[in-house]
Amino acid sequence: MRHFLLHNARDNVGVAVVDIQPGQAVVGAAMGSGATFNIQASQAIPLGHKIALTDFKVGDTVIKYGEDIGKVVADIKAGEHVHVHNLKTKRW
Amino acid sequence: MQGPKFKAFRRENGRVGIRNHVVILPVDDISNAACEAVGSVIRGVQSIPHAYGRLQFGEDLDLFFRTLIGTGANPNVAAAVVIGIEPGWTDRVVQGIAKTGKPVAGFSIERSGDLHTIAAASRKAMEFAQWASELQREECSMGELYVSVKCGESDTTTGLASCPTVGNVVDRLMDFNGTSSFGETSELTGAEHIVKKRAATPAVAEQFMKVWNEYNDFINQNKTSDLSESQPTKGNIRGGLTTIEEKAMGNIEKLGKRTKFVGCLKPAEAPSGNGLWFMDTSSAAAEALTLWAASGAVLHLFPTGQGNIIGNPIMPVVKLSGNPLTCSTMSEHIDLDVSQILSGDMTFDQAGESLLELMVRTANGRMTASEALGHREFVITKLYRSA
Repeated sequence: MRHFLLHNARDNVGVAVVDIQPGQAVVGAAMGSGATFNIQASQAIPLGHKIALTDFKVGDTVIKYGEDIGKVVADIKAGEHVHVHNLKTKRW
Repeated sequence: MQGPKFKAFRRENGRVGIRNHVVILPVDDISNAACEAVGSVIRGVQSIPHAYGRLQFGEDLDLFFRTLIGTGANPNVAAAVVIGIEPGWTDRVVQGIAKTGKPVAGFSIERSGDLHTIAAASRKAMEFAQWASELQREECSMGELYVSVKCGESDTTTGLASCPTVGNVVDRLMDFNGTSSFGETSELTGAEHIVKKRAATPAVAEQFMKVWNEYNDFINQNKTSDLSESQPTKGNIRGGLTTIEEKAMGNIEKLGKRTKFVGCLKPAEAPSGNGLWFMDTSSAAAEALTLWAASGAVLHLFPTGQGNIIGNPIMPVVKLSGNPLTCSTMSEHIDLDVSQILSGDMTFDQAGESLLELMVRTANGRMTASEALGHREFVITKLYRSA
């Protein structure tokens, strides 16, 4: 059973492929390499939403697909939900 | 490699269509009523109403004519009846479509009125419909197929499953010497540096960056916010996509793993040869699909996450999704469910094989979900205000 996926082993967020509950111990897999990651979710992460795999400070960069997908605008702890409340585009 | 064969309509100019539509095309907004009247009198024809065609000028007018003529010229169209308010622009559209060699006739309303025009156009539409009904499908090859690709109401499952499935098929189609096109200029933002590297030559890369930079400058000049809720859309955000960069990275999965694109097309411009082409399009589904159909694409592959329900009047749209929630709650809109990729129970090659098989069935005549549901969205891209 895998709960989240990483596009690239360099990613610091995973994508939930099932609804994840707060406090749930979850397992992730990297697409391609199949490398696995274990983490405890501290918040609900709906299917398709992102889970932080590390702690982030304001100004840090979130990496997904091995690429920069935006800047952190509110501190995030590993296991928390990453979305529009704490991550913004660096464009526009 | 030739790939699977299918039976389709080879038109007068040699191009291959997979549908056999007779269309009633209005040149302008005020001719919609007459076109729709013909469409309701004669069985087996369809009118394609739209909002424009008056007082446009310059590049916007060129795009308008390219879109309208391209729609009538599309190989999925057997014959066309054109109705406009006056004879000048009506004839310009007729002459443009006539270059393909297919039957086309024009009617104008001034000095006749709606009722006489509807009567005369209906007689011609009936003649075309009966003629088209006798045309036979013949064996065609994948190298003769032009397929456009664009996703909509994306979410993170699009980048994980449905877009890479389309990418897998784009790579296969290129092995068969087919033709394909991707676009969505604004939605490549954040991944433009990767797209640039996928150009076949440095000149093509430079041309792509020029088009992308112009679009990005246009957005920066007109924006009143960071575009959150427009790009990504509210639906994208609901599905877990947060930034345009993240959306773009999922989007470009459709380009496949190994295919390079051979050139850049203006909106609605027909490719001059086989291969994968970038087209400068809006990222809004109806606008973009209308442009691709006008460029001659006969089939569209449409990955969706949250469930965009788009169709097109002349070009079948094959929809696939990797989101299990969407596949279960909107099953009537989804032609192919690839959500097993998320659980690891389906590989990209398996999903690509299924999509290719569905493409062939669609090319042979199988109705897509959007065709069965009557989705016929036709939206002309308008570049600026009319004069």
